[in-house]
Amino acid sequence: MIRLAKDYFADQRQDDLKQLGQGLQRSDVPGHVTGKTAYFADRSYPGMLHLKMVRSPHHHARIRSIDTSEAEKHPGVAKVLTHKDVPHNVYTILILIQIGPEDEQVLAADKVRWKGEAVVAVLADSERAANEAAAKVRIDYEVLPAVFDIDEALAPGAPLVNEYHGNNYYTYDSGSHRKVRFGDVEKGFAEADHILEQTYWSSPIEHAPTETTGCIVVPEGNDRFTCYTNTQAMFFTLDNTSIILQMPGHKLHFVGGTVGGGFGGKVDVTVEPIAILASKMTGKPVSFVYSREEEMQVSSARAAEKIVIKDGISKDGRILARKVTGYTDAGAYSRHSPYGAQKGAAHYPGPYTVPNVWIDTYCVYTNRTPSSAMRGFGVTIADFALEVQMDKLARLIGMDPLEFRFLNAYRDGDMKAHRQPTEGAALIECMQEASRAANWPVAEKYLQMSSYGEK
Amino acid sequence: MAIRRGRGVAAVNYPTGMNLGGDPSQALVHSTPTGNFMVTLSSVDLGQGLKQVMAQICAETIGVSAEQVTIDTADTDTGPHCMGTFASRGTHRIGNAVIQAATEARQVMLEVAAEELEVDASDLELDGAGGIHVKGAPQKSISIFDTALAAHFRHGRSISGRGMFLIPRSYPETETGAMKPSTCYAHACTVAEVDVDDETGEVTVLTVKNVFEIGRALNPKMVEQQLVGGSWMGISHALYETTEPYYPARDHGGTDFNQYLMPGPGDLAETEIIVLERPSADGPYGAKGPGEMCANPQIPAVANAIFDAVGVRVDTLPITPERILRALKEQRAAV
Repeated sequence: MIRLAKDYFADQRQDDLKQLGQGLQRSDVPGHVTGKTAYFADRSYPGMLHLKMVRSPHHHARIRSIDTSEAEKHPGVAKVLTHKDVPHNVYTILILIQIGPEDEQVLAADKVRWKGEAVVAVLADSERAANEAAAKVRIDYEVLPAVFDIDEALAPGAPLVNEYHGNNYYTYDSGSHRKVRFGDVEKGFAEADHILEQTYWSSPIEHAPTETTGCIVVPEGNDRFTCYTNTQAMFFTLDNTSIILQMPGHKLHFVGGTVGGGFGGKVDVTVEPIAILASKMTGKPVSFVYSREEEMQVSSARAAEKIVIKDGISKDGRILARKVTGYTDAGAYSRHSPYGAQKGAAHYPGPYTVPNVWIDTYCVYTNRTPSSAMRGFGVTIADFALEVQMDKLARLIGMDPLEFRFLNAYRDGDMKAHRQPTEGAALIECMQEASRAANWPVAEKYLQMSSYGEK
Repeated sequence: MAIRRGRGVAAVNYPTGMNLGGDPSQALVHSTPTGNFMVTLSSVDLGQGLKQVMAQICAETIGVSAEQVTIDTADTDTGPHCMGTFASRGTHRIGNAVIQAATEARQVMLEVAAEELEVDASDLELDGAGGIHVKGAPQKSISIFDTALAAHFRHGRSISGRGMFLIPRSYPETETGAMKPSTCYAHACTVAEVDVDDETGEVTVLTVKNVFEIGRALNPKMVEQQLVGGSWMGISHALYETTEPYYPARDHGGTDFNQYLMPGPGDLAETEIIVLERPSADGPYGAKGPGEMCANPQIPAVANAIFDAVGVRVDTLPITPERILRALKEQRAAV
C-alpha cells in the first residue's frame, strides 16, 4: 500500500542507512495484539477507591450552595471533595510557558461555565457506590444566560463567560487577536481582477481513543505518590499537578508511556491532580477513569472554528492578496486553545506564496465544553478552509485546480507571511506525483517545476 | 436523480513541533554490562510506534541492530525531561535527543575498545553485527559484549551519553506577527474520488491517493500505518464526525460509538500512499513529523470532490447527507 517514490530529491538524500529505512516490526506489537501489554487500568490495588465526579447540569450558573452531607453518609463512601480541599484551585495548563491568566477551577467554587464541569468529587470503595453517592450531592444553582457560539460571544452585551479574562476572547500581547501583517493587503486587493470572500465553519469533534482518559494513584508510604497515567506529556502533567496541589515535584512520581490512543486529548491535565489529592487525603489508592460518555462529552473536543477568507487574484491565476480572520471556539476555558489560535495565524496563507497577507486569529470563550489540542491543532480546519477556497478561486477564473496550486506553490527562499524564508519545500513534487498517480493531467511546464534550484 | 461521481484535490503543509512554547526533549543512553543499550526517556508512546523508531535511531547511530536497544518510556523518576508527545514532534525532537546521546555513548565505547585493541579510537568502526574492528583490518576486532564488560569491570567507565534537543522559544512580534513556529514542514497532496447520491445526499469515498513528503521514512511500515490511519481519520472528519451535530445547539451529542458516527470497515476508501523524502536539515536522519498532517488533506479533497460531483458547496464540517441535500435543494430552487 505504501510506495516510496525515490526519484524525487534523490540528489539530496543518502540511502545507505542500515537500521533506518527498514520496515522492522514494532517490538511492542505482539503484546498489543495479544492483550498482554499492561495499560494503567490493568493495575488494581487492595483498598482502591473509585472517584466519580458530580458535574454541572447547566451551561452557565452561579453556585449558591453545595450540600454533600447525604453523599458522605452513603455506604462505601470514603471521602467527598469540594473546591475547599484543592490547595491552588484556579489553574491554567500553559502557565508553565507563561500563557495566563489562570482561568479554570479544578472543582467549581462560585460558578459553572459549561454543562459537564466538575463540582464535587466522590470517593467510594466501588464505582457503583461512588455513582450512587454522587447522585445524593445537592447543589443549588442560579442559572445564568449562556453563549454558545463565536458570533454570539463576541456580540456587544453578551454575557461574560469567564471573569478571569474579562472579555469573551483571549488577550494576547498584540490585543484581542494574534496578528500577521505582510505586504500591503489593500493594495493587493486594488490590483486584483477578482475578489472572493467566503466563510467556513466546523463543529467540535472527539478524539475517540480506544483507551479513555484516566489514572490510578498509589501512595508510596513515604509521602510520595505514584501516579499511573495515560497522559501524553509526563512532566507537563507532573508540573501542573505540583502547582495545583502545592506539592513539591519530588513528592510526585508519574509512570506511563504506553497509551491506547491520544490524538491530543490526553494533553489536558484533568484527572491526575484530583486523584492524587484524593489519595493524599484518604491514604488509599485511587482510580479515576473517564467513562466513554465522559470521554465523548466531558473531555476536551477539537474546537469549532469560523474562518473568513478574502482573496484577491489576477485573471492569470496569481494570488495577490489574502486576508484571513480565524475564530477558535475555546469553550469556557483556555486549556491549550490560545496556543492553537496563534499557531493558526502562522499557518496562513498555507503553502502558497502570497505577497500581501493580513491575518487576525481570535480565541473566543463560550459556555461550551472546553476545546483543546487535537491532531492538527490550529491547522486542520485552516487547511479545509484554505483548500476549498483554492478550489473556488481556480474555478472562478476557469483554471484547473491543480494547475492553480502549482502556479502559487511556495518554493525554497520564498518569504512566508510570518517572515520566515521557506526551506525544504516539497509541495510541487507532491503535486507532481499526485498528478501522475491520480491520472490528473497538468501542463508539462508544471511537471518541470521544482521546489528548489533555478526558478 | 442519480449517483454522480466527482474528483477533488487538496495540498497542504504542516509544521513540526511547537516552538512558540519552547520545545525541549532529553534522552539518556547507557550500555548494560552485556553490551546492549538502554534509552531512557519520559516520552510517551501513544500507539504510533515511538519506542520502535527510537530503537532504530539509537541502533543506527551506535552501529548495532535495533533488537539490541531497549526503550524505557515515561517514568519521571528515571526519564529526563520531555515536553510531550504532540505537535508532530516525537520523532523529530526526541529522535534528535537520542542521536546526541547515542553518539556520546558510542564514543565512550570506541575509546574503551581502542584501549583494549591498543589503537586510536578514530580508526575503529562497527560491523553492525556486534563487533568493533580496525578500519581495513577486520581481523583486529573486539565484540561490543567484551568491550562493555571491559568498560564496566576493568576500566571503570560508563558507556553512556546525554542527549538534548531544544529549539529556543519564538515570541511572535506583536504588530507584524513575525515568528518562527516550526523548524521544518512536511507536505502532502491528496486526490479523492467520490460518488454522491443526489437523492439521499450520501457520499461514498471511492479512492484516496495520498502523496506525502515527510523528510525520511525511518520505518516505512510504521509510516504506512500512520498515514493510512490518518487518511481514514481525515475522511471521517470530513463526512461523519461531530460531538455536536447541530452546533451550536448542545443537544444530540453522542455518548458512545453507536451515536458518534465514524466510517466502518464497509466505508473504507481504497487508499494509496506514496511517500517522497526530502531530508530536513535539522531532522533525525532527515525526518520530519508526518503524524498530524496525514489527516488533513483528505478533508478539503473530499469537499472539493463533492462539488465536482453535484455542484454544491458545503462549507461547514462535517459534510453530512443532510447538509448536501439542503444545498442541493437550494441549488434547484435557484434554477
